[in-house]
Amino acid sequence: MTDPTEALASARAAADRLVKVKRLNASLTPPKETRKSLLQQAAAVHPSGVLYGMAVAVKDNICTLEFTTTCGSKILEGYRSPYEATAVARLKAAGALIAGKTNCDEFAMGSSTEHSAYGRTQHPTDKTRVPGGSSGGSAALVAAGAVPAALGSETGGSVRQPAAFCGVVGIKPTYGRVSRYGLVAFGSSLDQIGVLGRSVHDAARVLSVISGRDPRDATCEDRDSLRLPTVPESLQGFVIGIPKEYFPPDLDAAVRRACDRAIRWLKELGAAVREVSLPHTPYAVPTYYILAPAEASSNLARYDGARYGPRFDGHLDVRALYRRTRGEGFGPEVRRRILVGTYVLSSGYYDAYYRKAQQMRALLAQDFRNVFDRGVDLLFTPTTPSPAFKAGEKLADPVAMYLSDIFTVTANLVGLPAVSLPIGRVKGLPLGGQFIGQAFLEDEMLEAAYALERVVPAGAAAEV
Amino acid sequence: MAGVVWETVIGLETHVQLRTASKMFCGNSAAFGAPPNTNICPVCLGLPGALPVPNEVAVQLAVRAALALGCTVHPRSLFARKNYFYPDLPKGYQISQFEQPLATEGALSYLSPDRGIATATIVRLHVEEDAGKSLHDRFPKATAVDLNRCGVPLIEIVTGPDFRSPQEARAYLLTLKQVLEYAAVADGDMEKGSLRVDANVSVRRVGETALGTKTEVKNINSFAYVEKALTVERDRQIAVLDAGGGAAILQETLLYDAKTNSVRPQRRKEESHDYRYFPDPDLPPLVLSPEFIAAQQAELPELPATKRERFVTEYALSVTDAAVLTADRAVADYYESVVRAGGEPKASANWVMGEALADAKDHNEALRVPPSALAQLISLVKGGTLSHQAAKRVFSEVAERGGEPRNVADALGLVQVADTGVLVGWVNDVLGAHAGEVSRYKQGETKLLQFFVGQVMRASRGKADPKVTQRLLEEKLAS
Repeated sequence: MTDPTEALASARAAADRLVKVKRLNASLTPPKETRKSLLQQAAAVHPSGVLYGMAVAVKDNICTLEFTTTCGSKILEGYRSPYEATAVARLKAAGALIAGKTNCDEFAMGSSTEHSAYGRTQHPTDKTRVPGGSSGGSAALVAAGAVPAALGSETGGSVRQPAAFCGVVGIKPTYGRVSRYGLVAFGSSLDQIGVLGRSVHDAARVLSVISGRDPRDATCEDRDSLRLPTVPESLQGFVIGIPKEYFPPDLDAAVRRACDRAIRWLKELGAAVREVSLPHTPYAVPTYYILAPAEASSNLARYDGARYGPRFDGHLDVRALYRRTRGEGFGPEVRRRILVGTYVLSSGYYDAYYRKAQQMRALLAQDFRNVFDRGVDLLFTPTTPSPAFKAGEKLADPVAMYLSDIFTVTANLVGLPAVSLPIGRVKGLPLGGQFIGQAFLEDEMLEAAYALERVVPAGAAAEV
Repeated sequence: MAGVVWETVIGLETHVQLRTASKMFCGNSAAFGAPPNTNICPVCLGLPGALPVPNEVAVQLAVRAALALGCTVHPRSLFARKNYFYPDLPKGYQISQFEQPLATEGALSYLSPDRGIATATIVRLHVEEDAGKSLHDRFPKATAVDLNRCGVPLIEIVTGPDFRSPQEARAYLLTLKQVLEYAAVADGDMEKGSLRVDANVSVRRVGETALGTKTEVKNINSFAYVEKALTVERDRQIAVLDAGGGAAILQETLLYDAKTNSVRPQRRKEESHDYRYFPDPDLPPLVLSPEFIAAQQAELPELPATKRERFVTEYALSVTDAAVLTADRAVADYYESVVRAGGEPKASANWVMGEALADAKDHNEALRVPPSALAQLISLVKGGTLSHQAAKRVFSEVAERGGEPRNVADALGLVQVADTGVLVGWVNDVLGAHAGEVSRYKQGETKLLQFFVGQVMRASRGKADPKVTQRLLEEKLAS
């Protein structure tokens, strides 16, 4: 890939495909603007990079110089960051072309991409359904074939869950593997930039480029970038744990069938499969919905209309300015979480909620250590409790919406890497399975994903 | 209640700016006085997605400050967010430390004007970032915000309720400032906001051990106001209690107004903060190795109290002189350089405390005469080459224009004449012109000798060596 015209051809093709999928409302950047920028980037890009000419869309909560960064929120309407995220800078340095910004739940709070101030994103194959969220725009664009890969972000499953719903691969790296510099914070101790790709390989090579130490993020580990694993011949020698708490009796039948079939394939590939227990799993969602809103309530305090973003005021005093800007600028789900977070951090409630949740987080991490210490290399679970649900179905019931993250939030709470990949279909709707790996052993986890990916049939044959 | 004797109890929280080139969590300059909103970047502006990274130099300085104050430095401490809304706080929270601060349990001895040597306990010392500045008087009906100070590194030093008068509180602060300047962690210039004080004040009947209800006095923005502000609040509390009738002190936060020398309660809205502290998830625990802490200890210079004692024993100086010379580290270093360059210790002390400090006072605290030059000057006086008066002129000349004292003295014609051939001429002239005094001397009025010496000095315009002159006069008058 050293022909300089290839980048231009790739830019044009991506721009054309983005026009075709406009109806999904997956990209927040107008197609004309994306095309113009893609062509400019392609003209300037150096042909030596490992991602030369690859069009990569970026979730709208990751700062870019080329496009606005609104986080799907009215409160950042028109906001243009004066700097770009480390992950974006690394993509560009590797020769990738930034293909616009993707729609998401406001400030990444949501599991359906319905909580965007710029309208919901449609599921790529069923417009009545949601693509998942919060990185729903990224997942839909990849699934629709508009881009081979896109950046998303995870706080509680926001890459893996939409990847599962849309039938693409989604990787959430170990906390500290990818710099958060330039990722607009939601729950800082949980947030990681992740990658959605058509295949394990596409997602993994983007992850490899964006990973590695960054002096601008004190929580980013001082490690080299991820080295891409090779596709293994078999899974001989792998011990894969199946945590029983992820297969409750009331699990959706299709999800169970798809997982059982995948486990059979894993055995056929040579892996030793073992049932294991992560006993604190039932507390993961409640723990998450204390810690993530607590951090969010503080992280989102800066949006006050005083310095950037729209200001909803006449000539008001400063308190009224805050009240109106934040009251009108944030959507209902963001306001709900700010209120919850403020409550759990308040004096008199801190010990009962925040401190207790931190203790539970430590117990959840211990669950995984116990399993990995007994020789288990990886865990395999369903990614979501059901296939993509109908738009509007869970909007009125926040707890039902929160429970769609039940299998994904734990990896964020304990900081472990996880990958979701398609393992089947039910009535045409994709189903995802996930591997949860050991900290900073993404390469092992991706080897397993490569192996499983090769045996999952395409099209109608994937039906369970 | 009139007639009750009240005891004042004061505790201080002092914020000190660390002497770093850059801010606490980003690379911007921490310098004072730049045009508004020029020392800023995405990090200290708290722009979406920006992240703080601790300034290692600031951590070093904070640890040195803690060690200089005898604190226990903890190998693991936590950064925390203090959440509140204010336009000059761009993230909506201040990064500080709350549970698990950098250091605790220190002590600082100081000279109390009431009790002699007293000790203030240092309850805790933690690191934090400064907020910006709201300017309410710059534009009519609008508040301007300058974010240059956002993220400037501070330490907060909290004492126990250890001071018994506003004067004691001030004495402690002066000692604190001295120690921090010595340790080179701060420059302590309150006008630039690099040292700010909040005070907890209460009063109780003499003899009582329980603390009275306290108020917090904020906004004491200058050293000069510390004593005034505390006195005003102490007097106010005593007046309330003396008035009796069940009146009680309200636990509240008060703002000191220097213009009217009074305190006023902070508005309720400003006060009712629940800061919702929690560990900052952007910053891993601050882990300090024993080697790192030891290295900071090794970087600490000799502190003022130790230096003072050493000056007394090593240079045979009085305690008072040693205190003057060690009040400022630069002066103490200067004094020792003069001695090392050959200046006799006692004479060097007198010169430094006299001419050198007087000159520095008029010239922006600059010690303008190099130590080697001052040492030479002192030797010239001791060796009889220069009179003390002449040496002072040479000092000024060297301060203004530089040069070697010996050469300067030559050029100014100030070198004493010890050549008897020349001196005899002046002696004869003087004795010839004062025949009356000569005969009175010869009749026993020997104290006139100094008069003759003075006249010879005058005739020589100060150049005559007084010792040789005196000997010649005695010889002539005896014959």
